[in-house]
Amino acid sequence: MSTISTHDTHHDDHGHHHETFLTKYVFSQDHKMIAKQFLITGIIMAVIAMILSILFRIQLAWPDHNFPLLEQLLGKWAEGGRIRPDFYLALVTIHGTIMVFFVLTAGLSGTFSNLLIPLQVGARDMASPFLNMLSYWFFFAACVIMMSSFFIQTGPAAAGWTVYPPLSAVPKAIPGSGLGMTLWLISMILFVASSLMGGINYVSTILNMRTKGMDFWKMPLTIWAFFLTAVLGILSFPVLVAGVVLLIFDRSVGTSFYLSDMVFGTQIMPNEGGSPILWQHLFWFLGHPEVYIVIMPAMGLSSEIIAVNSRKPIFGYHAMVYSLIGITVLSLIVWGHHMFVTGMNPFLGGVFMITTLIIAVPSAVKTFNWLATLWKGNIRFTPGMLFAIGMVSFFISGGLTGIWLGNATLDINLHDTYFVVAHFHLVMGSAAIFGMLAGVYHWFPKMFGRLMDSKLAYLHFWVTFVCTYLVFFPLHFLGLDGVPRRYYAFTEFEFMHKWMTVNKLVTWSAIVAGLAQVAFLFNFFYSIFRGKRAPQNPWESNTLEWTTPVERIHGNWPGEIPTVHRWPYDYSKPGSESDFIPQTVPFSETMSSNLFHDFEGNTEAEQIQREWNAKNDPSKNNE
Amino acid sequence: MSLIKVIGNKAMAALAVIFTLFSSTAVFAQEAAAIAKPVDMEPVYRSTIFYVLLFLLACLFIAIVGKALKVYELTRETQGKSEGINWDLINAVLFVIFLIVGLYGVYFEYTVHGKMILPEAASEHGKKIDQMFEITLILTTIVFIATHIVMFVFTYIYRYNKARKAYYYPHNNMIERIWTIVPALVLTVLVLMGFLTWRSIFHKVEDPNNKPLSVEVTSSQFQWDIRYPGKDGIVGKKNYKLVTSTNNLGIDFNDRDSQDDLVADEIVLPVNKAVRFTLTSKDVIHSFYMPQFRVQLNTVPGMPTQFEFTPTITTDEMKAKTGDPNFHYVLLCSKICGTNHFNMQKVVRIVSEKEYEEWLTNQKPYLTDDLRKAFNLPVTAPAKPADSTATASVKPSAENQLALKK
Repeated sequence: MSTISTHDTHHDDHGHHHETFLTKYVFSQDHKMIAKQFLITGIIMAVIAMILSILFRIQLAWPDHNFPLLEQLLGKWAEGGRIRPDFYLALVTIHGTIMVFFVLTAGLSGTFSNLLIPLQVGARDMASPFLNMLSYWFFFAACVIMMSSFFIQTGPAAAGWTVYPPLSAVPKAIPGSGLGMTLWLISMILFVASSLMGGINYVSTILNMRTKGMDFWKMPLTIWAFFLTAVLGILSFPVLVAGVVLLIFDRSVGTSFYLSDMVFGTQIMPNEGGSPILWQHLFWFLGHPEVYIVIMPAMGLSSEIIAVNSRKPIFGYHAMVYSLIGITVLSLIVWGHHMFVTGMNPFLGGVFMITTLIIAVPSAVKTFNWLATLWKGNIRFTPGMLFAIGMVSFFISGGLTGIWLGNATLDINLHDTYFVVAHFHLVMGSAAIFGMLAGVYHWFPKMFGRLMDSKLAYLHFWVTFVCTYLVFFPLHFLGLDGVPRRYYAFTEFEFMHKWMTVNKLVTWSAIVAGLAQVAFLFNFFYSIFRGKRAPQNPWESNTLEWTTPVERIHGNWPGEIPTVHRWPYDYSKPGSESDFIPQTVPFSETMSSNLFHDFEGNTEAEQIQREWNAKNDPSKNNE
Repeated sequence: MSLIKVIGNKAMAALAVIFTLFSSTAVFAQEAAAIAKPVDMEPVYRSTIFYVLLFLLACLFIAIVGKALKVYELTRETQGKSEGINWDLINAVLFVIFLIVGLYGVYFEYTVHGKMILPEAASEHGKKIDQMFEITLILTTIVFIATHIVMFVFTYIYRYNKARKAYYYPHNNMIERIWTIVPALVLTVLVLMGFLTWRSIFHKVEDPNNKPLSVEVTSSQFQWDIRYPGKDGIVGKKNYKLVTSTNNLGIDFNDRDSQDDLVADEIVLPVNKAVRFTLTSKDVIHSFYMPQFRVQLNTVPGMPTQFEFTPTITTDEMKAKTGDPNFHYVLLCSKICGTNHFNMQKVVRIVSEKEYEEWLTNQKPYLTDDLRKAFNLPVTAPAKPADSTATASVKPSAENQLALKK
């Protein structure tokens, strides 16, 4: 491969650059540093979004109490120690936006795609390091702009994270739809630009820069997941930008793409001929793939971690890849299930129900394959493994309720209730967060050359795992009782009063889960500087990233990039002495464990193996 | 070996100290309780610093436990025993405990919170929805329980053991085919049922002899306006451009059908008669949600939507069924619509045909004398209903409002 070799020499020349603090830590073009920048920004945003969620959970649990502290913290947003209704909606909106976009898209994909793609496919860096750097800084700017909306007179956007017009388009409708919404839209455009730059980079790196021998069917499932996620993002994010630009026009220029027939008080609005449903189509055309953009990297990370720590090949590698492809394709044609009761043509509702329920099949295949991977494994409960198991559990619990919501008939009564809240917080929120945490614990040594403390990690896992279920499981029943989401208080309807105690339980669980994250944060930042030094391959894993030196040099491998000879899941192969065989080990060194299947029809290699078997272990030739 | 002794002694000493501390504070507490009157702890519980200190205390406790574990592991090491604590075993056992407690938790949720959910559907199509609901509930619960049992049993049985090697089992096409096809078949059944039910709800063939009752609902921040047709059975035209302070909905009174339309401050419907709601919105998107009837549809400005259904249980019957004398059907908004989204409600009453007719005669028309002037219509208002009945019509709604506030 000539491209690879020229790349090699190129990097040897540049290997001894003098790096300043600015080029190494701030405007870095090294994919590993950019990954860390994404991760730490993502963690900070996650903590902010978590605190926001605890604020509104406090309001829901004690709607009649005053908390003087809240007034000290939030000022006019919580006059008299009670959160104001419009600020409550702002909290909900920004919590959702941050979590979905900044944490689970940028924080998850941005971190692990950047870190693992070059390392696992065997490349010196991303296809375009500069674009990669730009991607981070656009994301950073998006975060700053989003957070700045807390410091303006009218407050942050408050129309829900889906920002449906007209509520989001008309400042008269809610204070947050003033400057706050403008900032939201600008932030979102920057964010989409960031994720496009990232996505294009990921795709081109995976397609063009794989090392010698790394064909598609030798890529770890992480790479498959990142690849398909990036493709999905490239296909769907531009549609959101289109939608956002039209919304900006409606808000600032006076067009009527989404607006028509509106009267506020007695003021008749001039807009005519638009349709609010159009926004919903454009938004969910991204919005639904978006939830798979969030969950697929988590699936990839968990697949890898489960295989490594079960000391077993992932069960049904091909089925895992095909189900990922299936999910990618189907996810583009299911967006209408968010719109069953919006007044969209009911016939469309029927069609979207069919496509939506089909997507449950590849998801089921993935789940069963994970379970089959655990079967007869030799499971090491490393922190990463615990979180990966937690991820599978949440994916099952939350995924099953998707079968309810994907069914248009049931959705009539469940739409926009707490059932939906419970569903997506489990299947995409918690599952993706757990996938991300699994990844952080597992690849921390690759990022910082040190190990995180496992005992604190166990504490972190168990408290978070239990509390997450305590938070979201009871919420299903509120939804089944017809309690709508985004309600500021459950005081005005008599039938909701019986849920007050449940709300208190949920809030307390959320607070405890929030505090448990302190264990993670302490562990994370402490271990960066003071953690135990990691060996080169702490988890005895097969993939390429563990062949790089612990020092994490620029260009990843000091000498030549290693060649790949086998798939990444040769764990506990019969006939092999050690229970893992890295991808870089050629078959000639593992004659005792080779299977004819490994040679993919290479008759010459099969012949050599047959001869070797005849000499050493004649029984094996019978197969 | 002496090291162990020292540690052992230290541990014993520490234990003794802790024990004496604990017992003495307990004694103090008892004494204090006996002598002093109970202190009002309310301000303490409300202060932030109290919780911060509690949290720091918890952190300290965790740090101490962590250090103790470390000391324990180090001593094991110095003793030459290879393994400290078997965390694989501990985590595997914790997963089993989680499974057992979790299964009980699920049972608790299904039986206790499951009883608190909506009563049976009070509409014809709602019964079909409830049927689908039950089938889906049973199927998903089976899968939910089974997969979790399998997963946590596997993690226990196959926990790490140095002596064992995992079973190299990369794939089995047969098994994979089975668990692709079986879910696909089950989902096909669900899809078909769902699709047919969905069609039956939204594609109604109209019977010209038995037209559904038409009611128009207009949502605005944060109220519902209800318009009943007059004698003609048709709700007349409206146009948002006609909205004024007196003509709140922008009704076009030049349309003859509009002239007899009635204002209603609650939704009253006859039982077992189809009703078609035409849903419109004045400002932002709202959602017309009546959970007890399994009815939900967004109200969209500029795009009227329609939902047709047949209520089957009167309010009084439902009061008896639920055993709740305060029960009433509600209409609420389920699409985020602004600051008062959480309090946008209307009482719905299902009554017998006779009661409905009676109630209807007491409702006033939208067309007032002021509006007649505005639309250049002759001010020959139809005979107003007698005063006594007018007050009677107001009364039940006032009661309902009271019930809501409770």
